[in-house]
Amino acid sequence: MEVEIALHVNGVATSLNVDEAAPLLHVLRNQMGLRASRFGCGLEQCGACMVLLDGKPTYACSFLAIDANGRDIETAESLAGHPLREAFLAEQAGQCGYCLSGILMSAKSLLDSSPAPGREAIIAALDPHLCRCGAHERIVRAVERAGRLMQEQSA
Amino acid sequence: MIPNTLPASLSDNPRLDQWVGFPQDGRVAVRTGKVELGQGVLTAMAQIAAEELDVDLARIDLASGDTGVTPNEGYTAGSLSVQVGGGSIRLVCAEIRALALEAAAARLDCPPGRLDISDGAVLRDGEATGLDYWSLSLDLARAATGTAPVKATGELRIIGTDTPRSDLPAKIGGAPFIQDMAPDDLIHARVLHRPRRGARLVSYDEASVLKAGGDGVRLHRTGDVVAVLGDDEARVSAAFTRLRDTARFEGGALDAADAEALSVWSHSQGVFPLRGAIARALRLDPETVQVIHRQGAGCYGHNGADDAAFDAALLALAVPDRTVRVLWTREDEMGVAPLGAPMVVKLSAGLDSQSRPLDWTIDIHSPSHVNRPGANGGVNLLTAEALETPPEAPAPGDFPDALGGGATRNGFVLYDLPHQKLVHHFIPHTPARTSSMRGLGAFANVFALESFMDELAEAAGMDPVAYRLSLMSDPRARAVIEEAARMSGWDSPPAEGHARGFAFSRYKNVAAYLAMVVEVSVEEEVRVTRAWCAVDGGLVINPDGAINQIEGGVIQAVSWTLKEQVQFADGAVASNTWETYPILRFSEVPRIETRLIGDPAHPPLGMGEVSQGPTAAAIANAVTAALGARLRHLPLTRDRIMQALLAA
Repeated sequence: MEVEIALHVNGVATSLNVDEAAPLLHVLRNQMGLRASRFGCGLEQCGACMVLLDGKPTYACSFLAIDANGRDIETAESLAGHPLREAFLAEQAGQCGYCLSGILMSAKSLLDSSPAPGREAIIAALDPHLCRCGAHERIVRAVERAGRLMQEQSA
Repeated sequence: MIPNTLPASLSDNPRLDQWVGFPQDGRVAVRTGKVELGQGVLTAMAQIAAEELDVDLARIDLASGDTGVTPNEGYTAGSLSVQVGGGSIRLVCAEIRALALEAAAARLDCPPGRLDISDGAVLRDGEATGLDYWSLSLDLARAATGTAPVKATGELRIIGTDTPRSDLPAKIGGAPFIQDMAPDDLIHARVLHRPRRGARLVSYDEASVLKAGGDGVRLHRTGDVVAVLGDDEARVSAAFTRLRDTARFEGGALDAADAEALSVWSHSQGVFPLRGAIARALRLDPETVQVIHRQGAGCYGHNGADDAAFDAALLALAVPDRTVRVLWTREDEMGVAPLGAPMVVKLSAGLDSQSRPLDWTIDIHSPSHVNRPGANGGVNLLTAEALETPPEAPAPGDFPDALGGGATRNGFVLYDLPHQKLVHHFIPHTPARTSSMRGLGAFANVFALESFMDELAEAAGMDPVAYRLSLMSDPRARAVIEEAARMSGWDSPPAEGHARGFAFSRYKNVAAYLAMVVEVSVEEEVRVTRAWCAVDGGLVINPDGAINQIEGGVIQAVSWTLKEQVQFADGAVASNTWETYPILRFSEVPRIETRLIGDPAHPPLGMGEVSQGPTAAAIANAVTAALGARLRHLPLTRDRIMQALLAA
C-alpha cells in the first residue's frame, strides 16, 4: 500500500508516495534519484547505505521510508562543499570508493558532535563500516584532517 | 631483421589509432582495455600518456574497457596493467610524439632537434610555431614500431608524481558505479541461483511470488533459471525473497536467440572474454554484443561480475525493449560467486654442513585457479550452466605456468638453492567453483615457503633475516630485505608484549619485490599491530597509488590470514553474510609504513598482489615467535591458537 510522507532530505522538503514496505534507501535512490547512498548487504552489516536521520547514523537499507516521515535526512550528496570532501580527496582516502558514502555520513555525525574527536573515537565511529580494499588508515587520517579543517573554519 | 618485442597488449592491438586519437581541438582520446577496479589504474594510464605525449593531464579523455571502443587487452589481472597495458600506451605515445616532431620538422623545414612539444603545441627553439597535435593531422592508422625512445628517468614530469585519482571525486557524493546506472527504460531483476552446481529447479510458488511482488512484477524462467523482473526495485526484491523461500532444488537448452544488438554493462575484469562467453552461451554473433565496463565495488579476483552480466544479458533477450538491471545480493556474491582455490602445500629439505638447504621439494595440491569466462576453453558463466542446454563443460585446467601459473605461482623461491623440485598435484574436480583470487597460488605458497624459511633458520641457529640474506644473491631482493629489517628496527627487541615476523617474496618471481615485518600481540587471538614494507617495483608511475595498493593488500591479507574461511553446509556455502564470514574491521587494522626503494631506471613492475603471500607468512612467523609453536593452517583463528598453546 502506498502512503504519502514528507521527507526533509539535505535541507529540501519533499512529499511523495512510498510503498509502506519500501526501505528508505530504495526511496532515496529510485524515487528521488539520490544514488550516492549505496546498497551493500541489505542486512545492516556493512554500512554502505548509512545516512543521517535527525543527525544520527542510520542503515537506510532496512529503515522503512514511512518511519522517516517528517524527519531530517542527510546523504552524501549534501557534502559538496563540506570539509570532509576536501579532506578525503587530499588524503586520497579510498580505493574502489564503494564504502565511502556511508563512512562519510558516520564521520559527519561524529564531527558534528565533536569537532576534535581523536583517533580512538574516529575508529569507534567507523567500526560498523566495512572497507574491503584496505583504505582504513587513509580514511581515519581524512576524518582527522576534516576535523582540523572544520575547526579552522569556525575559528 | 629481429622483430621488436612489443608488450602483449600492443602486439595484439598494433595500430596507433587503436590507442590514441585527437578527435577535437585541445583534447586527446586515449583508450585502454584495462579497467578501473579501485586500484587507480586509469589515473596511472593518463599520467603515462600525458607524460610521453607532452600534453597537460587535463587534456586526456580516457576510454576504458569497452568492446566497441578500446583495444582488447584481455583481463585486468595479474598485476600486469601498468607493466603491459601502461607499457603499451607509453610506447604508442612516445611514437606519436616522434611522428609529430617529424611531421612538424618537414612542415617547418627545420631539423627536428630544434623542435619540442609543450602541452601539445610544437615549439621551435622554445617559440610557438602554430603547429600542434590537432593541426598536424597525423596518420595514426599505422602499426606501432615500438622504436621511438620513451623519456629518460630525469625527464619525467608526471610519471612518478602523486597525481590525485581521477575517479575519486565522483565517488564522494556522486553516483559513478554500475549499481547507479538509471536509464529511463530500466527494469530491475533478481536471478535465483542454484545453491549447488548441477541442482535442478523442481518447483516454486509462483502465485505467492507474484502476490508478494504485486503489480508490475513478472517471472521469467528458462532451464533451471528463474528470475523476477519489474519496474519497482522494492517490489522485485519482495517477490524475490518469496521466490527464494519457496523454491525447491534437487540434485539443461536455451533456444537460439535473435538479437540485433545487445549492450552489456559490467564491472568485469575482461570485457572482451566476457563478450565471447556471453555470445557463445546465448548463441549470438559476438559482433552483435558490446560489453562496456562500468565501475563497481572493489575487485580482488574473479568475483560475480561476469556471472551477473550474463544474468542481465539472458533477461535482456526476454525483455528486449528494456535495460535490465540485475542486482546480485550479498548472499549471491558470497554463496555462488567463485571461491579462492583451497590448497595444501608440503615442503621438505635437508641442511648441509653450512646450513644451506639441499633436496628441496615442494608439493602443491590444488584445484584450478582460473575458471574465468573463456578459460580452459569454457564459457564459465554460472547461470549458463543452469540453462536447458548448458554450454560444454571445459576441460579442467589451471593457469599456464608460462604465464605465472595458478597453483604453482611463486612455488619456486628466489633463494640460491642448488636444486628445487616442484610437484603440482592438480585436483581436477571440486564441488565448489574455484577461480582466481588476488595472488592465486602465491598466497598459500609464500605462506608455506616463508614459514619454512623461518624453520630452516631456526634449524640453522640463525636469525631469520640473516639466514635469508645468506641465501640471496639478487641485489634487489637483498635491498628490500635489508630495508624492511632496518625500518622495523629488527636488530632491537620488539615492543613489550609483542613479537615480530619476517617474510620476503618477489611476486610471480618476475614482478615487484617485497620484504616485510609485522608486529603482533597474541593472547587468545592474534592482533597485528604494525607492519613495515620495503618494495622495489622499479619505475613507479604514481607512488601514492602504489602505496595504497600495497597497504590495502596487507590489510586484506591480514583479514584472510586471521579470519576468513568459507563454511559449508548441505553441500552449499553457508558463510554468505558478513556475520558468518567476518572480515577485518577499522578497530583491527595495523599501522603500516611502506617505502618504495626501486630504481626508476628499471621498468615498472606489477605491485597489486605483491603483499598477499608475505603478509600471511610474516604473521605466521610472528605468531610462532610469540607462542613458541608453529601454526600451519590458515586462518589463524582463536581455536587454532588455543590448540597450539595447549600443545606447546
